[in-house]
This record gives sequence, structure tokens and C-alpha cells, in this order.
Amino acid sequence: MRTTIVSLLAVVAGMIAGAILMLLTGKNPIDGFSFLFLGGLKTIDRIGDTLATATPLIFTGLSVAFAFRTGLFNIGTPGQMLIGGLSATAIGLTFDLPSVIILPLMIIAGFLGGALWAFIPGLLKAKFNVHEVVSTIMMNWIAYWTVNYTVPLYFKGEYLETESRKLPADATLRTDWLSDLFNGSYVNYGLVLAIIATIIIAFILNKTTLGYELKAVGFNKFAAEYAGMKVNRNVILSMLIAGGLAGLAGVVQYAGNSDVIQIGVMPSQGFDGIAVALLGANSPIGVFFAAIFFGILYSGTGFMTAMTKIPPEIANSIIAIIIYFAATSILFEKLVSKYLKGREEKKLSKQSSVKGGEQ
Amino acid sequence: MWHIIELVFPYAIMYTVPLLITALGGLYSERSGIVNIGLEGLMIIGSFTGALTIYLIQGIQVTDNTAAWIKFIVKSDMSIWIGLLAAVIGGVLVSLLHAYASINLNANQVISGTAINMIAAAITVFLARNITGSGNIKITAFTPMAPEFLTNIPIIGPLFFNRAYWTTLLVLVILFISAFALYKTAFGLRLRSCGEYPQAAEAAGISVRKMRYIGVMMSGALAGLGGATILVTYSGQFTGSVSGLGFLALAALIFGQWKPFGILWATLFFGFATTIANVSTVIPALDVIPPLFLKIFPYVVTLIALIIFSKSTQAPKAAGEPFDSGKR
Amino acid sequence: MDYVVEMLNIRKEFPGIVANDDVTLTLKKGEIHALLGENGAGKSTLMSILFGMYQPERGVIKVNGKEVKISNPNVANDLGIGMVHQHFKLVDTFTVTENIVLGMEPKRGLVLDIQSASKRIEELSKKYGLNVDPYAKIEDISVGMQQRVEIMKTLYRNADVLIFDEPTAVLTPMEIEELMKIMKNLTNEGKSIILITHKLKEIKAVADRCTVLRRGKYIGTVNVKEVDEAKLAEMMVGRHVSFKVEKEKSKPGNVVLSLKSLNVKNVKKVLAVKDFSLDVHAGEIVGIAGVDGNGQSELVEAITGLTKVESGTILLNGEDITNLPIRKRIEKGVGHIPEDRQKRGLVLDYNLAENMILETYYHEPFAKRGLLNREAIKSYAEKIIESFDVRSGEGANSKTRSLSGGNQQKAIIGREMELNPDLLIAVQPTRGLDVGSIEYIHKRLVEHRDSGKAVLLISLELDEVLQLSDRIAIINNGELVGIVNSEETNENEVGLMMAGVGKEERE
Repeated sequence: MRTTIVSLLAVVAGMIAGAILMLLTGKNPIDGFSFLFLGGLKTIDRIGDTLATATPLIFTGLSVAFAFRTGLFNIGTPGQMLIGGLSATAIGLTFDLPSVIILPLMIIAGFLGGALWAFIPGLLKAKFNVHEVVSTIMMNWIAYWTVNYTVPLYFKGEYLETESRKLPADATLRTDWLSDLFNGSYVNYGLVLAIIATIIIAFILNKTTLGYELKAVGFNKFAAEYAGMKVNRNVILSMLIAGGLAGLAGVVQYAGNSDVIQIGVMPSQGFDGIAVALLGANSPIGVFFAAIFFGILYSGTGFMTAMTKIPPEIANSIIAIIIYFAATSILFEKLVSKYLKGREEKKLSKQSSVKGGEQ
Repeated sequence: MWHIIELVFPYAIMYTVPLLITALGGLYSERSGIVNIGLEGLMIIGSFTGALTIYLIQGIQVTDNTAAWIKFIVKSDMSIWIGLLAAVIGGVLVSLLHAYASINLNANQVISGTAINMIAAAITVFLARNITGSGNIKITAFTPMAPEFLTNIPIIGPLFFNRAYWTTLLVLVILFISAFALYKTAFGLRLRSCGEYPQAAEAAGISVRKMRYIGVMMSGALAGLGGATILVTYSGQFTGSVSGLGFLALAALIFGQWKPFGILWATLFFGFATTIANVSTVIPALDVIPPLFLKIFPYVVTLIALIIFSKSTQAPKAAGEPFDSGKR
Repeated sequence: MDYVVEMLNIRKEFPGIVANDDVTLTLKKGEIHALLGENGAGKSTLMSILFGMYQPERGVIKVNGKEVKISNPNVANDLGIGMVHQHFKLVDTFTVTENIVLGMEPKRGLVLDIQSASKRIEELSKKYGLNVDPYAKIEDISVGMQQRVEIMKTLYRNADVLIFDEPTAVLTPMEIEELMKIMKNLTNEGKSIILITHKLKEIKAVADRCTVLRRGKYIGTVNVKEVDEAKLAEMMVGRHVSFKVEKEKSKPGNVVLSLKSLNVKNVKKVLAVKDFSLDVHAGEIVGIAGVDGNGQSELVEAITGLTKVESGTILLNGEDITNLPIRKRIEKGVGHIPEDRQKRGLVLDYNLAENMILETYYHEPFAKRGLLNREAIKSYAEKIIESFDVRSGEGANSKTRSLSGGNQQKAIIGREMELNPDLLIAVQPTRGLDVGSIEYIHKRLVEHRDSGKAVLLISLELDEVLQLSDRIAIINNGELVGIVNSEETNENEVGLMMAGVGKEERE
């Protein structure tokens, strides 16, 4: 409960800062925010677009949150997303198979690609205690250049050098009935995948022995080791799952929301995953809702810019400021828990002094 | 062969310099005990404030009636130097966000640093678009110099002075001053104690808080300078990104084992690797290597270096840990 | 009366606790004044106030008769008050000189003047008999010398009042004697000393007067010559304390643990355990006596599986477990009460129930096919909480972090003993606990022995080892110096062996 309040406070603070930015540029913040939210929610197709925009964020958010529970910073989601997307696209463009077969293949390929990309930093951390922040960032850039050269070489787009070929309609997550349901939006099966993933991750973390182990390692790897848990194995496993989740983000983005993969772009959804995880307090449900919130912000930006001429980067700015407040909200957390601990100790010292007197 | 080296050297140094100064900034911060992942964002801030300042100054309309000193500033390189100063100030100011979060609020330093990166990337483009209508700001940068009395020096002349900038000299001076300050002065001793064992510093009556603020502010200043150096030497425009150089500086810091001259060699290595990767397509001798390998070479080597150095790391022992005043 | 320092009616509060409640302490010039109390009695807090690290809510401090406000350690230094910390405030990678001058560095222009500082340190070193090497790095010198560097810090700053915070915890009996000599030297040269301790023997050995605190309250000040240890203990604890552990003679059975020629390296890749052999039988308590840092930690880590052995074998009930993973050893009957309860023993962010199954969560009934059974876990935890008297705010649901040190330790002990291990390794099981908890834990350990199990006790408190153990193995510099029966030995003999003097040499 406490963390939810803290997250909400961070959001409010971020919005206020956003309002100040809007004022600074001479625009009316009330207009700005209303167009922002309307842009994301006004019509059914807009809602669909919002959900679709949120979908990769759900995955990257889950990825970061999951790794964080095990005590790891997964800053490598952009790279894992690229490789996951590349793997899925490669399968989609190479094999001509009906949807029922090729889509699951692509999904698996995407998961494995992302997992592989996170495996290396995981291994480095487990075996050599190399800090995963630097290693995942290196992997991001390696992925970036890999895509940069692989796509034009093997999957070059028909008209554009900077894009891949389009995926055949059978090989994307788009489906007519969903698009029709949302009045022509580009929402797709990715959303369904995201919901399933959220449930599975929540289940793993809360109900299984695997989750218990991973969390124990994340909270205190020394105690986990002492109790017989294999810390290294858990670190690697956690990174594999986190990487796989980010890889799925690539699948839903490049074979769902879009049907091409672009080069020369470090996907912003990657880093946004960190914001989503923070805001969602590293819990799967929190991540889900935080992602949707960000989806609204991003989705509505176009409308807002068109109606008010406020630069589109306002959305990124608000999100960035929210993270800052979410990061420093730890202050409130600490104050509250210190206060509670003090009351606890007072209660206990009263208890034990009573007992002492009795003897 | 020699011709290739002559060609590559000046560009390599040009790429190295911003990396070096930023990594030095990171050194101050980590030596004081605060991990600063936000170097990338601070470089962007430096690039932005520098570009904006220079753009505004260079955009001043000069007529015959304008005072001589204003004419001088607008028309000469002075505008660029003022821009560099603005970049330093900008970096310091934004770094205060990270300092406050990490030092006063004991926030997680990695997250705080990441927040800085995201804030910098977003707000600078936002403001740029607002002020100039586009996300880019173009300026007139330094012209590279090649003074004959230096380029004529046998062997090292053409290597080091064919594309010379004053900023290179500035950065080298800062490097030497930093090495001196860190190891030969009381300030350096105190700073390092805060990064190794802040409880000892506190017991000695040193304000750990103050030292760490200085460390972070230095990282802001130098990273800002780094971002602006890119702007005024080889880029010529603010684009909202420094292509991961801030993170590479972090890697150089680790590679250089937190020592000023170690960082010098590490950044030189990265500078050369990047340059060779960039020119490989035009140099026949290098054409055989697939461009992908050359591009990812610096990153792969960093990973390997991280493994090699993992056993004997000389990282400041208390870096990254929030300081618990009065803890036993 | 010539008081150098007077702390009058001091009150210090922290959230939820009154650490010092109307405490008075006076220090005469040239005296050694002991400050006695249990863990948590408020001794360190009081001295932290004197040293300027905390500010009192109420009360007056006078130095040489004049009232002062000590707002930070620099002010304390200026007043001539210096603190020799229990946990040394030394930077490992710096030299002795650099550590001593930190905070008041001599300069020549901008440059540090290490030369003149080192010279002064050498002079002081000779004057007070401290024997420190100004150019050595802290990470390379012995614990005893590190402590002397701490002392030197205060002398370099011209301290007249020195506060020693539990100085003997890390010293060999030999070094303790040296320290007492140094303290006498200091008082002869006109310095005054406050000695924070809970070791009654040492108070009787060096102190002139002694102030006793209990749970933050001032109990009284006595002339050490006029009281005996029993009286001091009674003042400290508030009731009559029996030092003896009630136990029957042991009836040892089969060999449970057998260590044969064990060689173990420490983190610095140096051999910390050398050719160590020992047998522990069912139904006995074997205590390992030794000064901190002589290989005990590495020995325990080898037996539990946290560290690999270089050579040698470990047999549990006849089975070779030398290279078995930790989990297998736990399954085969090795229980471990770790040295550092918060680092190794508990996941503080888990609740009590989750901590109780730390080693067994994957077994039925706690989990089936990978799914946790919260009900079963909860009732198991409640059983342990009940029978080991673990007190907490919300029972099995309490966040472990919120428990007091004593209750955290009881939780760990409960968890380990509930598994009924054939071999229970207890490392520093009563560190930092109040007397009541200590007595309780000792009782349970003896019970475990009496149920026919083996107990291996590692403790730095010689008294605890002598009281609890049936046999005592002394370790020095990683080597087994000797094994004695506790009934047939005394503190002197064991103390000598702890310092490395073997059996033959003593006879």
C-alpha cells in the first residue's frame, strides 16, 4: 500500500513539473494535459493505440522489475529487445508458414534471442562479479550495430535502406478482428501476450519456490548462499528470464505494432522499461498499470502537439521527472519504516523490561 | 602504413579528448564514493547549454554601431569559450540533482543516475525545439589548427598537431592537475578517504557530505565540458544524443582502474578503436575486416577487460553505498 | 576535586528509545575510569556524546571545570578528547601516516607534508612505547598495530583524555597485557582514560573507578578496589548472576564430525587453516578457542561448504562430505548458527515465516511441485517461534528486520535446532546479546548435546568456551595448538595456547 502511494506521489510530482515546463514555453498546461489524455483515450481506436503502445513497455517493465527482484539492474533491455525482434523478424521473413505455426515460432525465437543477449551479462556477473550495468550497456551497443549491419545485408527493405522488408501479414501479431474491435487501431495479439506474461511472472514471484529463491538471492545473497541456494545459477536464470521478456518486447513491437524493424534506432521502450518498473514498484501488476499510463502519455502526444504546438518531448520529460521522484521517494519509504521500527523497538523493550523485572 | 597512422592519429585524439575529460569527472565522483551513471546525461546537458549559448551569441546581429567588445565576442572564438563555460556551469547545476538524491536522500545511485540521463535527453530536446524550432542546434565550431612550428617536429609533429584544438590542451592540463590534486594534496587525501571508508573520514572530522558534493559537482563540470568539447570540435551541432560516450567513459574509468593516467590509456584505446572503425571503409588495408566487427570491437574489448580486471579491482571500496552517518 | 571531564545528568533520546537517562560520569586527572554495562546499556552513546558525534537533549558537559558544547569531533579534538574506536576508523589502502594526519594534514604550500608528519609520529611512537611504522599500509599490519595507530591518532592531536571503546575484543591475551601497560604509561604521562567495556576481569586489572549503566540508566560509580566481580555483575545486570552453566558430565558417543589434515585458504589466497585435524563426538560440546582472525571463520566455512578446501577430508558420520554442495550437507545433518546473523543468517526483508524455511522451502510440506504451501510454512514457523520464545510484533508475519538482535538470534537458533542436526556449529552464538538471552541460548545448546548430538562451538569469549565446552581445541595461526578437557584446564593455560605456546613448551 505504502509503495503505491509513493508511486502515485511521484506521478503527481512529475505532472506538476510537466505543467511548469508547459508554462515555461508559454502554453497553457490545462490545455496541454487535456489534449494529452484525450489523445490517448478519446475514442476507441485511440484507446487501442494506447494499449498497443503500452504493450512493449509492459514487457520491458516486467524485464527490469523481474531482474531487480533478484538484485540485478537490467539496463540491457534495448539490446535484448533488438535481438529478440531481429530473431523473430528473421524467422518471419525466411519461412513461409501459416500463422498458427510461424507466430509461436517467432515468439519463441524472440524470447530466446533476448534471453541469449542477457545471458552474457548474467554469466559475467555470476562468474566474475562484473557489474551488470556496464556489461548490459556494452551489449546494447553491440546489438545496435549488429542490427545495423544485419538488416541491410539480409533483410533489406524494398524502398528504404534503413528498414527491413515488411513481414507478411500472416507473420505478424495483427489480426483483423482485434483491429476491427478497436476501430482500426493497431492493437494486436501482443496485448494478449502481455497480459499472460504479467500473470505468469506474478505467479512465479509469489507462489513458486523459484520465486522464493530468486527473491532471497536478491535481498541477501549471502544468506541465500549460506542456506544452500545456488546464487550463481539464480543470477543467470533471472537474467535469462528478464532477457527473454525484453526479447518479447521486440517481438510485439516489430512484429505486432509495426511490421518492419528499423536500423539506427536504440529503442526507447528499452529505457522506458526502467521507468515503468520503478513506478510499478517492481511488482508485475504495478508494472502493468504503469505501462498503460505511459502508453497514454506517448499515445496522446501526437494529438497534443497538433493542437497546442507543445514539443512532443514533453512526454519523455514528464516520464524522466517521474523517475527522478520515484527514485528519491525512497526517502519517504525510509522515514516511514524508521518510524515504524522505532515504535516496534519501544514496544519490545517495554515487553522485555517487564519480563526482566519478573525475574 | 605510416600514412594510415598519420591519418588516424589526429582523429583518434579528437575522439579521445571528450571521453577523457568525462571519465575524469566520473573519477572525482566515484573516488568520493558516489557512482555516477548519469555521465551520459551530463554530457548532453553540456552539449545543449554550450550549443544554446554559442548559438545565441553567434546569432547576435552586429552592425557598425555595436560596441567593439561585443563585436569581438560575437565574431571570434570567444563565443565558443563562453559556450564552454556555460556547459561547465550547466553540468554542475544538473549534477546537483544527482548529488542531492544520492547524498541527502540516500537514493539508489544507479537509478538516480539513470533518471538524470533520461531527464537530460528529454528536456534538452524539448527546450531546443521550443527555442529554435527544431531538436538540433547548429553552431560554428572551432577550426582545427595545424601550426607549422609544431607539425614540423619530426615524427610526433604530424601525429599530434595536424588537427589541434585548444580544448585538447585544456583537457591535458586538467588531467595533470587532477593527478596532482588527488595524490599530493590534503584535498585529494580527504576525497579518497570518503570513497574508501567514509566512517574513517567522518571520525577525522571531515564532512563526507561536503566532499561528495564536490565530487559529484566536479563530475558534472567535467562531463558537461566533455559534451561541449564534442560540440566544438568534431560535431558542430547539438543533436540530443552523445551516442553512448558517457557510458563508454564509465567503462574507461573501470578499465583505467580509477587512476588518472590509467584513464588516459583507456580512453586513448577507445579513441583509436572508434576511429579505426569509422575509417575502415575508406582504407583499403582495413577493408577486409567486416565493418560490424570493427564497430563492436571497443565494446567487446571492454567486456573482456572487465573480466580481466574483475579479480583485482581497485574500485573505491565504499563507492555506491549510501553513507550511514554514525554507523559502527 | 580535580575533574578533567564531567558529564552531568545527560539525557539522550533516539526515536522510540531513551539511550541515556540522567547519566553522570566524572573523570579525574590521571585515572583509568571504566564504563561498564551490557550491550545496549548506553555506554557507546554516552561516549559518542563526549566525542561530539551526538548532542544530548539535556545535561551539562564540563572540561577542566569549564562548561562546553561539543558539537562535532573537531571540537572534541580541540578540547583534548580523543576516541580509540572499537571498529577502527582506518582506511586500508592508506599508510599509517596518512591515516593519522587525515583531517589535520600538514602542508607545504599545496603539497601534503608527509615527511614532517612521519617524523613526529616516530617521536610519539618512541615516547609512549607504541611501536608503529609510519610508512606501512594498514592492510599489511597486524590488528594489534592497527589499534596502536588508532591510539596514535589521539596523541598526534594532543589528546589529554582518551576514550577506549571495547579495546580488547580483537586482541590476544598477550596483546591485552601490552595494552594495559600502554594505558599505564599514558596515565603516568598525565593522560586520563575512559575504558568502555563489559569485561569484568579487565576492570579489576586496570581501572581505578567504574561507572555502571543499565538500560540507559545510571546505576552508580564505585572504587574498583572495593568491589568484586560478582558485585559489578550484579550492578550491570540488576540481579544475581550465576556465571556457571548448569550441565552434567558429557557422555560422548560415536564420532560425528571428523576433520583430517584440513588446509583452507582465505580470501587473500593465503592458507588460513593448516593441517587441522579434530574429532567431535555425539553427546559432546567441543569449543574452539582462539583470537579473532586465526582461522576459525575459514574452518567453519570449510565444514559448512561455503569455502573449498585445498586438501584434507571432512567426514560426517563416516561419510565424506569434503566436496559436497552446501544444500547436501544441510540435508545430511549439518546445522550452522552463523557468525553474522544479519549477513548470513537471515533475509531481513523476508518475514519470520519465510526465514524459518530458508533451508527447507523446497521440501514437502512447504512446497509441492514447485508451489509454496503458505499454510504449512506459517504453522511450522509458529511452532518454532513458540518453543524458542522469539518475540516479535506480528508473529510469523513480522518483518524480520523489525526484531531485536536477541530475537533474531533466537529465531536462527530455533530454525537450526528444529532441523535436529547431527552436528550443530554455533559461531559466536551470543554476541551482542543481553544476559537473559545468553543464558537461554547456553541452555538450549546443552540440551542439544544431551539429546545425543554433536555441538561445535566457536567463540571469542574465552569464558563462554570454558563454561560450555566439554573439550576445548585451541587454534592459533590456523594450526591446532592442542586439545584439553575443560574440567582440567584454566584460563591461563588456554590463554597461553591461544597465543601459540604449545603444550610441551608450557610444561
